[in-house]
Amino acid sequence: MTSGHTTAVAAHGDNYLNHSKGIKSWLFTLDHKRIGVMYLFTVLSFFLLGGIFALLIRLELWGPGRNIMDAGTYNKFFTYHGAIMVFLVVIPLIPAAMGNFFIPMMLGAKDVAFPRLNLASYYIFVIGAVFALCALFFRGADTGWTFYTPYSIRTSTTVILVVGGAFIAGFSSILTGLNMIVTIHKLRAPGLSWTRLPLFVWAIYATSIIQVLATPVLAITLVLLICERLFQIGIFDPKLGGDAVLFQHFFWFYSHPAVYIMILPAMGIISEVMPVFSRKPIFGYKAIAYASFGIALIAFIVWGHHMFVSGQSELANFVFSLLTMFVAIPTGVKVFSWVATMYKGSIRFNVPMLYALGFLELFTIGGLTGVFLGTLAIDVHLTATYFIVAHFHYVMVGGTMMAFLAGLHYWFPKMSGRMYPEKQAVWAFICIIIGFNLTFFPQFILGAEGMPRRYWAYLPEFTNLNRLSTIGSWFLAVGFGWTAVYLWKSMFKGPKASANPWEGNTLEWQTPSPPPFENFTETPIVTMWPYEYRASKNYPMTTPVQGSGKGVQ
Amino acid sequence: MSDVHTAVAGEHTRHHAHHFESAEAEFDACKQGMWIFLVTEVLMIGGLFVGYTLFRGMNHDAFHEAHKMLNVKLGATNTVVLITSSVTMLLGVTSAQRGQRSKSMKYLIMTFLLACCFLVVKYFEYSAKFHHGLLPGGNFTNEELTNPRSSLFFSFYFLMTGVHAFHVVVGMGLMAWLMKRTANKDFGPDYYTPVELVGFYWHFVDLVWIYLFPLLYLVG
Ligand SMILES: [Cu+2]
Repeated sequence: MTSGHTTAVAAHGDNYLNHSKGIKSWLFTLDHKRIGVMYLFTVLSFFLLGGIFALLIRLELWGPGRNIMDAGTYNKFFTYHGAIMVFLVVIPLIPAAMGNFFIPMMLGAKDVAFPRLNLASYYIFVIGAVFALCALFFRGADTGWTFYTPYSIRTSTTVILVVGGAFIAGFSSILTGLNMIVTIHKLRAPGLSWTRLPLFVWAIYATSIIQVLATPVLAITLVLLICERLFQIGIFDPKLGGDAVLFQHFFWFYSHPAVYIMILPAMGIISEVMPVFSRKPIFGYKAIAYASFGIALIAFIVWGHHMFVSGQSELANFVFSLLTMFVAIPTGVKVFSWVATMYKGSIRFNVPMLYALGFLELFTIGGLTGVFLGTLAIDVHLTATYFIVAHFHYVMVGGTMMAFLAGLHYWFPKMSGRMYPEKQAVWAFICIIIGFNLTFFPQFILGAEGMPRRYWAYLPEFTNLNRLSTIGSWFLAVGFGWTAVYLWKSMFKGPKASANPWEGNTLEWQTPSPPPFENFTETPIVTMWPYEYRASKNYPMTTPVQGSGKGVQ
Repeated sequence: MSDVHTAVAGEHTRHHAHHFESAEAEFDACKQGMWIFLVTEVLMIGGLFVGYTLFRGMNHDAFHEAHKMLNVKLGATNTVVLITSSVTMLLGVTSAQRGQRSKSMKYLIMTFLLACCFLVVKYFEYSAKFHHGLLPGGNFTNEELTNPRSSLFFSFYFLMTGVHAFHVVVGMGLMAWLMKRTANKDFGPDYYTPVELVGFYWHFVDLVWIYLFPLLYLVG
């Protein structure tokens, strides 16, 4: 904590990328921007891995019987796909990668509150990931990402490694959340009151609260599961007098809120992109900010909707079903606010905005089918069918991944100092949108018709829809691959980006691209809320206030 | 008293990390971080308490019978030991704040020794349980207990006290680190954040035991 750094005014051309050189200057960096970039690359490489498993799963489902792998391998592959995507990709993707890079910048701070803890949390994440992936070289795991007992106690696969990996990665999530909360509380620039915070900051704050409160429960649950396998303690094992459903309660007490760890930051990105590209102030600033907390709060009292058919009492089912419906209210508030923000705006259809629109479409479908599933009577029929699979992919890929891509294109010029190729990006976007709907829309129909999830074989009448879905997965692969290629290229060779290519108001745009070592050449003084956009002019948060004072809160 | 003089002897001006406005702001942030960390601890251990409560409700007779196997005297001794260690910790923190280095060091060592004492008692308790075949799972060979569910009680007993003992060990490591830094003259009236934060942590560890003792030993 002792640090003799003097705040050197960034010399011309000095930025966080060239401030110090060599691999060590990255591996031991305490700079939140570099840690954010390391998270980004690490998480995206896991995304590639999880994606490969997805493609293989889809390929196996090309025809009703055996296609490319046996049933045991298939079970392991969907387990890996799920566990990697949930624990190593979607949860850390926005909060750890984007949050690390942009929260301090949006606050006008030089770094997060605890830079060393930040670096530690990155390495904890990597250790957790390595631990989980080690299982690949042993007997894998075939429990699905939910590790339901008693199967997870009895299976001969190396469940402990995967569970242990998720346990370790959980601490990284907790520490990142803790760091973000303290950073947002303690390191806001002068003038940056709570009601002037960008909505991305609000979203990450709400996310961090969930990370801090829910993840420890997962941690102890996974410890219990490991002890169960090692010492037969009997708590989750009905044979020894334990309660297998208790595992589900504990697991979903974390994993339902975890869904909001995935979606709240995504909503935060959309709240940033919408006003910038609509050239209009955000509609319902406070409503969106409070809705994040509404969602975070409700997140903790709806877990039982995952257990409607697990032998819960009817009363519990009824209450959980009812409470689940309440999630739709703050979510609806947000969706309506974004639509209202676009209304009569001067919309610029740049790629970030395209992805934001994609988010709006796909997330709405994902969210509304969530209401179907929360409805007790319908859920009993749809539980463990492809309808569920389609629903949560619309939320996690259609929601979180779309928002991530919106954010990635929006902030790419800031992170790399270069522009991405707009035309190629539009085509890749079209490819992803088509591929996504082609992959997952048929799964709604398959599920409604009764095809169970996680099955290796299926009835012949499901063949055509499954083939459509598999073809869609290739479009998705091409779209994502293409995006990776053009972003990689333009990271080195793209045209130089100006400090503020989108004419944004938030603080990260009021400093050079890429940002200097300590983010700002001098600490910004905030005078405005972030969303003062007009069709012809915008007012950055640091706009000097004149006598008349565009007295916007 | 001589401590005070060496602590303020000039060359020891405290630098705060560059991204904080002042040393005070840094101290506040660290305190807040510690509180949030303790909240995560409460939730983690809370899971075990919830599990214990549920199972006790479901297997009331088994738990009642099994809890009589615990040694209340040893448990009570440990409660006293830990409460005392909380007091010595508190004194250690206050003397660090006042810059009384040798006093602070003395109290830290006392706290450390009390923690050792706790673990030694725990060791005797555990080995007695092993001896009576009360280890859960396949090793549960005890024949005095008639109820087949009583091994569940010991599953919780070992898990909860085990997690707690792990925290005690971590706390001892932290105290050793504090002693080293105190010996290096790192702390004084203008900087004592680590001492104060480890103090928070240690009180929390004690508090958990204050819940565990009646729950496991007395109520059953
Ligand atoms: Cu849920």
